[in-house]
Amino acid sequence: MFFASAYNLAERDLESYLAEALSQGGEYADLYFEYTSTSSVSLDESLIKSATEGISAGCGVRVLDGEKTGYAYTDDLAPEKILRAARVAAHIAAGPSQVTEVEVEKLPARHSLYPAAGASADLGQKIDLLERADCAARAFDPRIFQVRAGYADENRRVLIATSEGRLTEDYQPLARLSVLALARDGSNVQRGMDGGGGRATIEFFRTARTPEQFAREAARQAIVQLEAADAPAGEMTVVLGPGWPGILLHEAVGHGLEADFNRKQVSAFSGLMGRQVASPLCTVVDDGTMPGRRGSLNVDDEGNPTGRTVLIEKGILKGYLQDKLSSRLLRAAPTGNGRRESYQHMPMPRMTNTFMLAGEDDPEEIIRSVPQGLYCVNFGGGQVDITSGKFVFSASESYLIENGRLTRPVRNATLIGNGPDVMTKVTRVGSDLRLDLGIGTCGKEGQSVPVGVGIPTIKVERLTVGGTQRPLPNALGGQIRRLCERRQ
Amino acid sequence: MSAGSDRRGLDGAWGTGDGGWGSAPPMLTLAREIVSRAVAAGATDAESLVREGEEFSANLRLGEVESLKEAGSRAAGLRVLVGRRSGSAYSSDLSPAGVAHLVESAVALARATSEDPYAGLPEPVELGAYDGGLDLYFEDVAALPTAARIEMARRAERAALDADPRIVNSEGAAFDSSSGRRALANSRGFSGEYRRSTCSLYAVPVARDDGGMQRDYWYTIARSLALLDAPESVGRTAAERVLRRLGAVKVETARVPVVFEPRTAKTLLENLFEAVNGDAIYRQASFLAGRLGETVAAPAVTVVDDGLLPGGFGTSPFDDEGVPSRRTPVIEEGVLRSYLLNTYTARKLGLKTTGNAARGLAGNPAIGPGNFFLQPGPHRPEQILASVKNGFYVTELIGFGVNLVTGDYSRGAAGMWIRDGELAFPVQEVTIAGNLGRMLQDIEMVGSDLEFRGSIAAPTLKISEMTVAGK
Repeated sequence: MFFASAYNLAERDLESYLAEALSQGGEYADLYFEYTSTSSVSLDESLIKSATEGISAGCGVRVLDGEKTGYAYTDDLAPEKILRAARVAAHIAAGPSQVTEVEVEKLPARHSLYPAAGASADLGQKIDLLERADCAARAFDPRIFQVRAGYADENRRVLIATSEGRLTEDYQPLARLSVLALARDGSNVQRGMDGGGGRATIEFFRTARTPEQFAREAARQAIVQLEAADAPAGEMTVVLGPGWPGILLHEAVGHGLEADFNRKQVSAFSGLMGRQVASPLCTVVDDGTMPGRRGSLNVDDEGNPTGRTVLIEKGILKGYLQDKLSSRLLRAAPTGNGRRESYQHMPMPRMTNTFMLAGEDDPEEIIRSVPQGLYCVNFGGGQVDITSGKFVFSASESYLIENGRLTRPVRNATLIGNGPDVMTKVTRVGSDLRLDLGIGTCGKEGQSVPVGVGIPTIKVERLTVGGTQRPLPNALGGQIRRLCERRQ
Repeated sequence: MSAGSDRRGLDGAWGTGDGGWGSAPPMLTLAREIVSRAVAAGATDAESLVREGEEFSANLRLGEVESLKEAGSRAAGLRVLVGRRSGSAYSSDLSPAGVAHLVESAVALARATSEDPYAGLPEPVELGAYDGGLDLYFEDVAALPTAARIEMARRAERAALDADPRIVNSEGAAFDSSSGRRALANSRGFSGEYRRSTCSLYAVPVARDDGGMQRDYWYTIARSLALLDAPESVGRTAAERVLRRLGAVKVETARVPVVFEPRTAKTLLENLFEAVNGDAIYRQASFLAGRLGETVAAPAVTVVDDGLLPGGFGTSPFDDEGVPSRRTPVIEEGVLRSYLLNTYTARKLGLKTTGNAARGLAGNPAIGPGNFFLQPGPHRPEQILASVKNGFYVTELIGFGVNLVTGDYSRGAAGMWIRDGELAFPVQEVTIAGNLGRMLQDIEMVGSDLEFRGSIAAPTLKISEMTVAGK
């Protein structure tokens, strides 16, 4: 609808572009039209220092020929420019056209996961959110001395047409509010960060989660860190809190199960389909159909409806995340995971919202079961080496567990493990599944896309913690525990 | 499909550099026009950046073309001040209606932001451009035929695959090139334009043995084709790097000397760049805030930001506010001499801009590096290794475990264990941890092997002690 009226784009135009794209013998072609408007406002030192709006529009043309992809894009939507892009992409193939006629047909939407296009919120409302966040963070504790807050939203309109005749359109809103607080005590300066949002309008920040909640959480983290001791170093039992620590799944298994890496046999998970890769307590799914979630989409960026894919079921590897190219080559069904950053990028298999299903354990009891270890509740980013399977994620808020009790906070530390076996060391899964608040952005081969993660409280029997202090020798830890038991 | 038909099919359209993507008015004219329209619409000051780029990439895997991509794009950004209030906007729609909307949005936004006494464009006297030759653009990059690009990637991958029977797979090889122009104009009389070209070639082999699978990469990057390393050298180096990772083990947790090869030493310089970035300094969000004139690193450490190195990846005649690029000593023999600043952060700190403004199309300018590097020292890399009895040689770092507020540092690492001055066995699944403030002081030896593969670079470095966490 949007492109038809804004750019005079009729179905017969799409058909002629697709025919041009297939003119050199390509087997499949698609067009991705995008019109994205963005706005962002930021507050720093209690001043609104910046406000920005922007528009980015263009069309990407892709042609597949066997395992080969031709791609070209234009940011000028004049018909001759799109035809030129189609002609360039077409030349990935070399032969007579195999397609006599392309006919596209508009498909009804299967999902309706987020608000339909509406008027954008006015700047005053956005500024009000930031000023409220600033006040709440500063009011939390007199040691908070710097607050930065940012609001950003994006309204993306897409039209995807394929040579198989599929025509889909979608309107994809995305909003996010973030708060960063610095706390100072003498020369000790620490930071805390929180934020969230989703495929929602500004209304989200009135109902689902308020700026005050984000601000107080950022301030709380900074204040906690003022008391933090050096983190321990070496292998130990790690308990992950619910929600954002689900980044473990994203790094340890999610990327390794993207079909492109497995098609090329370069993933540490290659060849493990049907095998035990996690403890039977673990069921991990990727679900792009959760209403309003940051990682959700009505259709993926290849025009396929998103879905729910079971990656690991009771410890057994069950599924890969597919895009068009990999599902063609692997003769698998598409899973609605073909995503791209923008019209300037080729789609590839990506995660949406990736999480572990809840188990049966009481989260507090999980902590009580640990004589000595680390409890991690907040993380910065993570990264994985797909081929060796080694992954890291960086804890920004964690506490020592001593004799089943949380004792003191420790400073930032990176955790490192091996994707195909870390999940086999999960011995407890809590009943408290939580999804993150909508702050995740995943990068792969230079392309960023919004994603979600989630996890209940879990206990990982052994993981390497990258602090600076040698932990108590295990024997001593055991001893303390035995003494305690005797006293009881 | 055979190589022969690739050539026939491809050269008709791909990578011919015929400029067919653009047919709009000259960029600088457009930037000036946007500025004057903004002033007419009520802006006290205005600054416009117009940028245009062409990109091409050829990806191969196991000898077959995997993807070819070609495109050109153009967009404009506008920053305006209404008094001391700032607003900005960008657009890829450069039609008259698109430009009118761009100007209208930026001016309307500026009216809604806060008065900030430090906001504003540089003073006219600060504006200007270096007028010597900088060797940033070479015609040979765009002129290379597609088939030749594919052939270079093929040769690099072939050399990697042929190096050893344990190299059993490949994530591919690629030849990428891009060229672009930037035009900047402001209402204080500045206007300037420059163009740059870049080409690169990389290979990513995968090796396997009983112990599992490993992947590594190597690349060459230059502003001219003539300056690229030979494809075979790229492939062989990638092969050596991946082969030495086979059989990697996790080591016991220990405090030991850590040697960073140039590829990982460079990441420490990236962290240092963020720590001397004026935005972090004025907010007290860096462990180096308030420390000008103090000894912050070992005497062997001299760090320079040079925006004028001929052919450099961080070289430009002027920064993104129209201030001439220059050479700024940042750390001299361990003493912190300068932060890196744009106009805003300089005013906040009562200092002068260092010509490091970097802006995207929209928003207030941030701070970017020129060519930011650690000056090479007297030691050959082998001499540095020879000085270590028991330590860790880091060849790869992953993750984001660096906190610039505190300097706390903890990252995932892989590399080689050093025993009695020699590389003994490969190591993986460990972390290295310390504090950047302490690590700078603990730089014990600096290598002679500085080489630029981007705008930030460092030679081999030895840090006297860090915690390696493993078993």
